[in-house]
Amino acid sequence: MKLSQVKEILNAEVVVGEEYLDREVKSAFGSDLMSDVLAFVKDDALLLTGLVNAQVVRTAEMMDMKAIVFVRGKKPTEEIYDLAKEYSMVIMTTDYTLYPSCGKLYMAGLVPNEERVD
Amino acid sequence: MANSSVKLHYEVADNDFTVAGEASGAVKKVLRQLGFPSDVIRRVAVSMYECEINMVIHANGGHIDVEITPDKIRMVHTDKGPGIKDIGQAMQKGFSTANEEVRQLGFGAGMGLPNMQRYTDEMKITTEIGKGTVVDMTVYVNKF
Ligand SMILES: Nc1ncnc2c1ncn2[C@@H]1O[C@H](COP(=O)(O)OP(=O)(O)OP(=O)(O)O)[C@@H](O)[C@H]1O
Ligand SMILES: [Mg+2]
Repeated sequence: MKLSQVKEILNAEVVVGEEYLDREVKSAFGSDLMSDVLAFVKDDALLLTGLVNAQVVRTAEMMDMKAIVFVRGKKPTEEIYDLAKEYSMVIMTTDYTLYPSCGKLYMAGLVPNEERVD
Repeated sequence: MANSSVKLHYEVADNDFTVAGEASGAVKKVLRQLGFPSDVIRRVAVSMYECEINMVIHANGGHIDVEITPDKIRMVHTDKGPGIKDIGQAMQKGFSTANEEVRQLGFGAGMGLPNMQRYTDEMKITTEIGKGTVVDMTVYVNKF
């Protein structure tokens, strides 16, 4: 799924990276726990989170994630903005909360991205 | 870099959450420039990042020494924090002593050490109560 479609489905506002909306994401992961992101995410995936701080952007960068959606209308800080620019990442915000955001993308065919940890 | 090695040194500031991750981010960049495989880069970056965050939230900062050779990447994290009382317990998934402030930042799930164990090929923790902790991790490039 293209990021432009993600934007449309979530009625999202693009804060950083308007020029990269052509990028494809093949899967997504929704969490407010950064250690879970670091444990579970396997491939270049989309991150959906209600947590808004610089560490979210750094975590996504560590996992080669190309885009982050901040849910329930949370506005990113300037620090987030600068880091995302530096990493050529796309940042969007949506008014939906985490569950409906994930649900809408899932229904549109964006599958989960999880590696089981045993 | 046939027989060469690259040595990097980073200071990790105490309790500064905004910069936690700068060292691992920098190493990631270097490994990319040197042309290491992407799975190796990610394993190093994630392990180092988790460890760097631990130094900030549990151990008043410290320093990291990284040695990059063609066949392996070694990362040694040294802090002068409180030490770890029971390493076996700390290694368990879900065990965390992180405070509320740390949890609100998205950490403190007790997944860091298990993640490091999983992503690295060798991991050794040396710790002394009241003195500090050394976490020594190695990722091999050609692991078949
Ligand atoms: N460098 C350190 N110095 C002192 N204690 C540590 C250190 N690293 C880890 N610990 C102890 O081990 C526990 C488990 O660490 P681990 O990284 O697995 O989880 P966490 O940091 O609490 O949460 P998460 O990594 O999921 O954000 C910590 O809560 C802390 O009590
Ligand atoms: Mg940790």
